[in-house]
Formats: sequence, C-alpha cells, structure tokens
Amino acid sequence: MGEIWRWARDHPDDIWAATVQHAEIVLLASALSVAVWVPVGVLLRGRRIPFATAMGAAGVMYTVPSLALFAMLVPVLGIGREPVILGLVLYSPLLLVRNTVVGLQGVPRHVVEAARGMGLTPRQVLLRVELPLALPSIMAAVRVVVVTTVGIATIGVLVGAEGIGTLIYTDGLNRLFLPPVAVGAALATAMALLLDALLLGAERILAPWAQAAAA
Amino acid sequence: MSLLASAWDFYRANRPLVERAFWEHLRLTGAALGLAAPTGVTLGIAAAKLGRRAAFAVVAIGSLGRAVPTFAVMALALTLAGIGFWPAVIGLYGLAVPPILRNTFTGIRGVDPGTVEAARGMGLTPAQVLARVELPVALPLVSAGIRTASVEVVATAALAGLVGAGGLGAVVISGLQTGQDDVLLAGAVPIALLALAAQALFGAAERLVTPRGLRIGRGLATHEGRTT
Repeated sequence: MGEIWRWARDHPDDIWAATVQHAEIVLLASALSVAVWVPVGVLLRGRRIPFATAMGAAGVMYTVPSLALFAMLVPVLGIGREPVILGLVLYSPLLLVRNTVVGLQGVPRHVVEAARGMGLTPRQVLLRVELPLALPSIMAAVRVVVVTTVGIATIGVLVGAEGIGTLIYTDGLNRLFLPPVAVGAALATAMALLLDALLLGAERILAPWAQAAAA
Repeated sequence: MSLLASAWDFYRANRPLVERAFWEHLRLTGAALGLAAPTGVTLGIAAAKLGRRAAFAVVAIGSLGRAVPTFAVMALALTLAGIGFWPAVIGLYGLAVPPILRNTFTGIRGVDPGTVEAARGMGLTPAQVLARVELPVALPLVSAGIRTASVEVVATAALAGLVGAGGLGAVVISGLQTGQDDVLLAGAVPIALLALAAQALFGAAERLVTPRGLRIGRGLATHEGRTT
C-alpha cells in the first residue's frame, strides 16, 4: 500500500491528466449515445419488426469484445479517440433504444388521450407527457451505459485514446509495475460510482414523482 | 473489403500462428470458466441459503463489480501474479465468478416457496429438494449466468495477450504496434466471432435446460451482462 501512495503522491500531474482525458471521452461518448439512440427509440416504438431487428443487431454489437471492435475501427478511423468514441456509441443501443421504447410503451393510454384532448399536438404530447413519463426507464439505461463506458474506455489506450487506461497499461501493466495499475483501477471505479450517483441525483430532480427504476 | 481480403491472406500465410493463438484463447477461456462455474454455483447456493446478510453481500459485490473495469481486474491480476497462462486464468476467473454467483442466487431465491413446501411435504430431505427441485428450476438462470460469464471471459482473454500470455489479443496488439491493419484484423475478427459463438452456444444450452412451460419467446429475461 505504501508504494501505491508514494507513486500517487509523486505523479499528481499524470493522474490529473488521465482523469480529465478519461472524463472527456466518457462524457462525449455518452452524450452522443443519448443524442443518437433516444430519438431512434422514439422512431422505433410501436413498430415491432423494425424494433426486433434493431435489437438483434444491437445484441450482436454488444457481444463484440471492445478490443476487437476498437481494433476493427482503426483501419477506417485511424489511431486515437475516434475509434473508441464510435465503438462506445455502437455499444449503447441495446440498452438505450430498448429502454426508450419500453419506457414509452409504459405510458398509460388514457394519459396520452387526456393530453390530446387538451389540445396538445402529437409533438407536444411526446415532449411534455410521454418522454417525461418514460424518463425513469431511459435514465436507468443511461446510468448503466455511463458506468460501462467508464470501464470500456480504459481499453481505448490500446488504440491510442489516452485516459485512465494510460495509467493501467502504459505506466503499469506494460512494465509490470503495480502502483499505477492500482491507482487507475481505483480512479475508474470511483469515476463510475460518482457519475452513477450524479445521474441518480439528476433523475430525482428531473422526475421527482418517479422512483429510480432498475435497468 | 480489400482490407478483409488482405487479413484473410495474412491468415492463410500465417495459419499456424493465428491458429495457435486461437487455441490458446480457447484454453484460457475454458480453464477460467471450468473453474468459475462450480465456484459460482456453490457460492450462489450458499448465499441463497444463508439469509439476509449474504443476500446483501451478493447485491453489493454485484454492483461494485460492475464499476471496476475488467481491464483493471486483468491488469491487477497480471501485475500481481506475473505473466503467463495461470495468472491470466486467475484474472479471468475473478471476472467469471460474479455473474454465475448472482444468477444462481437469484434463481434459487426465485423458486416458488409453495413448490419447496410441497417437496418437503412429500418427504424429501433438504438436499433432495435442492438437487431435484430448486436446482432444476434455477437451471435456466444459472446457465444464463454462465453465458454472460463466457462472453466476458472470451472478451477479456484478449487482454491477456498484452503481456505475452498469448491468445488472439497478442495478434491484435502486434498489428496495432506495427501499424499493420491486416494483422490487426486477423486477430480482431476471430475474437469477435468467438464471442458471438460463445453467446450462441450457451444461449442454445440455456434454451435446452429451460422446461417447456417456462419458455417465453427467446429464453428467459435474465440479468444483462456487461460488455468488456
């Protein structure tokens, strides 16, 4: 333990840089995932066959190991953050699209009809009634996506996306030197738990009427 | 597509190398799963029988385990235990036990208490109830746990190649380090196919052990694995 502390104390800049780079990759990938897959979920609801097809494809993507996925994107996108961010976005539809569709399907019919009866347009019903009511389901998926993204992004260092993976691999595993590996493991775990707690808090504020749902 | 063709050419020209890596990968996966399955099932049964505190521990380990990156677990195992086949197996074993444990626990806990009572009432001993009633009912969920673990292990075994424990990951890494896209793909494509094959194989096993009355659509709703 003493050795780990000493290394951490002697390398604050490396640790800070790795944390910031990692957070950037995670936030960018997660934001892109939500921006792409929630609208796709909205489009696919109520369309059984396209939804089932999309879920089949998403399941296949989800199964492809990240080292293999990132590596397969390198010939197209080159070394760096790009293959990692695209890879991370490709992983998330299984959870995000599914939970968006499930959340929207769970909105009671009479609530939608009441909103229509009050003169809201379909677009207003979607934005003001259905999506807010589907929020707990969507947020449950977002939380799992963010937590897994923190972990998978560490592997990105192998294709040139620096971050916490730099501590774990370049500084640690590559030299069989334990302290940076332990620091990296603790940092990644702490970042995942912290982001999860923040999202849970955000959900409580955005949807105070709903209890946090499990994914 | 010409890139895939050149990866195929590389494979044809270096067949023994790629195939040795493939078998190494499979041996790593098999050893880790072979050890993790009995451990996970035994611990899962024990946790289900031991009451509340054990249940809390299972849930806590499960959610904490999700937050620790598999890459970090693997790197910790390799830096602590050294380079080689068995250190890699230890790391993979550590990753494979939790999903199997969690699913066994949930499966045993989910058995209808009425069913267990009826079995007891018929004169079965607790051990017989476990072997003839609880485990068979929990089996689909247990095998779903093994499926999740197998995909995770195939994926993470690729990282063993980083420090010379072999496997297909080593092929990917040498391709990355030398900037040879064909070599990289000759390692990456088989890893992806192996993970998909594990998913399909254990998915089929899962359907096979699911009693007909419990088959709803495509298998049971089970705990979602995590990608690695």
